[in-house]
Amino acid sequence: MKAAVVIFPGSNCDRDTLVALERITGRKPTQVWHTETELPDCDLVVLPGGFTYGDYLRAGAMAARSPVMAAVKKRAEDGAHVLGICNGFQMLTETGLLPGALMRNAGLKFLCKDVHLSVERNDTAFTRKYATTKPIRIPIAHHDGNYFADNETLARLEGEGRVAFRYVTKDGAPNDDANPNGSRSNIAGIYSDDLRVLGMMPHPERLIEPALGGSDGRPMFEGLLEALS
Amino acid sequence: MFSTCSEHKEPRQNRPGDMSMKARVHVTLKNGVLDPQGKAIEKTLGNLGFQGVGDVRQGKVIELELEETDAAKAEAAVKDMCEQLLANTVIENYTIELAPTESAA
Repeated sequence: MKAAVVIFPGSNCDRDTLVALERITGRKPTQVWHTETELPDCDLVVLPGGFTYGDYLRAGAMAARSPVMAAVKKRAEDGAHVLGICNGFQMLTETGLLPGALMRNAGLKFLCKDVHLSVERNDTAFTRKYATTKPIRIPIAHHDGNYFADNETLARLEGEGRVAFRYVTKDGAPNDDANPNGSRSNIAGIYSDDLRVLGMMPHPERLIEPALGGSDGRPMFEGLLEALS
Repeated sequence: MFSTCSEHKEPRQNRPGDMSMKARVHVTLKNGVLDPQGKAIEKTLGNLGFQGVGDVRQGKVIELELEETDAAKAEAAVKDMCEQLLANTVIENYTIELAPTESAA
């Protein structure tokens, strides 16, 4: 599997993402600077977390209009897999590759902690190595992770099985107590209609081995490796 | 663009062509979109003793200086800017105010 990681001014999870990908796929991903207008040959494009352009105007708004994003959009339309983590998710909604928007956390605080997520389906390239029966533990680190979509969009996402992850309790209940940021329907991540673009607020790249505090992020990259090789 | 301002010191009759435009864009959250910052402001106003304040909504004001002198064209351009960048129409509405500003001439 060939992966590319796009780096913007203010990206700060690009290194973690590069390390996770290289460790698990055995192949160094290509680093792509935001001013590029073309992407290298690759199966997976990752938009890493960070605070690009200081979150000016809206989180991800400036990065979403970078020259490279036209190429990312085109590549997604051509069927490549795209993973947007945290700020990357915000960029995906800002470009319109994914519906909805990420707003200021309902409690207004920046949140940095582990959360539990339900894996809503495990028949995608991103989640094939997970079980849907057991919540996974992944960290979040964001100020603007409050997923909003209007009722019609929300119904469409649910109906089409496009909710990837939900915030749940340790026991798997998607209730208000488990919702860290006010996201509608406890949504932590969503897919595009062809299930090839995934945007998620939690950071799987931060937990890829026990030395880092857990390895629940690892199966995502293992699944991608298996699916895209 | 500012360097040319001082080149025309002689008084001239004001014609539309002598004006530049200033646009003020108001970006507000759509109805039905929860505004946590507005809620926090509302709560703090209550703490300060201001009674009877409800439904506080926080928005943004973005001011732009435009070289365009034709109001219709200027408005069309700013609308395009709003759609492409200044507002996220998934969650936000925008309104545009245009005012001619006398050039520094």
